[in-house]
Amino acid sequence: MAIFKERQYLRVHVDKEPDDSLWMKCKSCGELVFKRRVRENNNICPKCGDYFFLTAAERIASLVDEGSYEEISKPIASDDPLGFADSRAYTDRIEDAQSKTGMRDALIVGRASIGAIPIVIAVMDFRFVGGSMGSVMGEQICHGIETAIELERPFVLISSSGGARVQEGLFSLLQMAKTAAVRARLSDAGLPFISVMTYPTSGGVQASIASLGDLIIAERGAMIGFAGRRVIDQTIAEQELPQNFQTDAFALEHGQIDRVVKREDLRDELVLLLSYFVETVR
Amino acid sequence: MSDERTLDLLEAKIEELRQMNSQNGIDLSHEIRTLEKKLERLRRDLFENLSDWERVKTARHPKRPYALDYIGEIFTDFYELHGDRISGDDQALITGLARLEGRRIAVVAQQKGRSTAENKERLFGMPRPRGYRKARRVMCLADRFGIPIVTLIDTPGAYPGLESEEENIGGAIAESLRTMAELRVPTIAVVIGEGGSGGALAIGVADCVMMLENSIYTVISPEGAAAILWKDKDRVKEAAAALHLTAPHLLKLGLIDGVIPEPLGGAHKDFERTAAALKRELERHLSELTDQVTDERMAARYARYRSIGRFHAVE
Repeated sequence: MAIFKERQYLRVHVDKEPDDSLWMKCKSCGELVFKRRVRENNNICPKCGDYFFLTAAERIASLVDEGSYEEISKPIASDDPLGFADSRAYTDRIEDAQSKTGMRDALIVGRASIGAIPIVIAVMDFRFVGGSMGSVMGEQICHGIETAIELERPFVLISSSGGARVQEGLFSLLQMAKTAAVRARLSDAGLPFISVMTYPTSGGVQASIASLGDLIIAERGAMIGFAGRRVIDQTIAEQELPQNFQTDAFALEHGQIDRVVKREDLRDELVLLLSYFVETVR
Repeated sequence: MSDERTLDLLEAKIEELRQMNSQNGIDLSHEIRTLEKKLERLRRDLFENLSDWERVKTARHPKRPYALDYIGEIFTDFYELHGDRISGDDQALITGLARLEGRRIAVVAQQKGRSTAENKERLFGMPRPRGYRKARRVMCLADRFGIPIVTLIDTPGAYPGLESEEENIGGAIAESLRTMAELRVPTIAVVIGEGGSGGALAIGVADCVMMLENSIYTVISPEGAAAILWKDKDRVKEAAAALHLTAPHLLKLGLIDGVIPEPLGGAHKDFERTAAALKRELERHLSELTDQVTDERMAARYARYRSIGRFHAVE
């Protein structure tokens, strides 16, 4: 779940409530900026250069060759296997997220090309219950990997998730094993998997499929980690944590990722990176 | 209603009567039988309808048998192997070679400490990245030499904290998941106490997954769920019930293969009996799995994990 909010070093702002106004305020520099200019600029603040949150659809549009994307997500939605209700019923939460985002769950997957290289790309959307991984996300990731194997294409995953979806209990936890098992088949087929970690890549997603990339790229401003400050404080004693704890720089410094890439460079760097691997792909 | 203390008192009373019976030559056998029946009934009342939260407490009971207790009772020739060859040895996750009725096996298990001093070493059974890397090393070793693997799960979760994050705890868990999915040897995982989240699952991807009757297995602790979803850390009972984290629930949901019965009151009430039941199940499943052709066993494991999830078609 979304346990990594409210950290002052985070650069990416999540707008959960869409509105129709023409202007928006950048939470980093406080400047009022013209919304359309922000959108056209990859959701990067034109004044200070900090990032606004990207939806899955916006992310795909920012990366793939124009007109090349064809969605292949399975037409499925989550059951409520535990009949789960906390302050709200899980089914209500899902319906709410669906109507707010227009998505069936927190990930979409499709065929596309990037720099004319054919790929299968799967992208998480943090607006949908914190980008959490339940049965549907697990299934869609596996479907994407299987499609990549079938079409002999590289697989690219863009993560933005608080972790496993609590409301589906052990079903969610076991998606970690499911995606890891299916991911292994991609290697058997000799196909590369590039994992892109964005803000935030945490919990059960970071501890499974997102960390199993042949290559792992972090978008600048990403938050990467398994257990956040709150879990640490609750479980063991309060601990002095460095200012850059679980940032992109922290992950790079500790050897957990290959590169940190600016959002505006992400497409070009993915093309460059893929070009080293597609020769082995027919 | 009775609680565990009343039962203990009654038990002591019966023992007292028994001694009087044998020492003084007075025939109290009728009284003893009556009290024993009463004790049995009270015990049933208390434990047969354990709430999910009470099972959580049983799974975490300080007297509950830990991995090394079972290893000592069930296996012979346990030979512990240490170290991940990179950063150190983890006492919260132990590995080794052993024999089960003469048959070679590799053991991977989470181990809690009994005393404060021991828990300083074992971190209450919360493994660090080095623990999962050791587990992976030993599982790969077993795989190379065709040795079946038994894992015993008992952890509140992976150890959180700066050092764990620096050493990439998430990455270590992920690699372990993938490795276990690809193992060629038979694998059995048993939750013996707490199955806490990714830290438990990391050694829980297997051909056969079982749980002791009063163990729990969950995506998040009831405390964590209460804090995050109910915004009230005291609502752990509701959270425990909502998570469906008990062995009977998870069997019904089709997520585990079997529940190993415990004596009334929990495994610690009759350790030998619990260990014997566990041993029987391990032997039975190990025989079945070993009899299968490797490719078929691996295909079945793959199919098992590939099919996990509940969703419905839309539009």
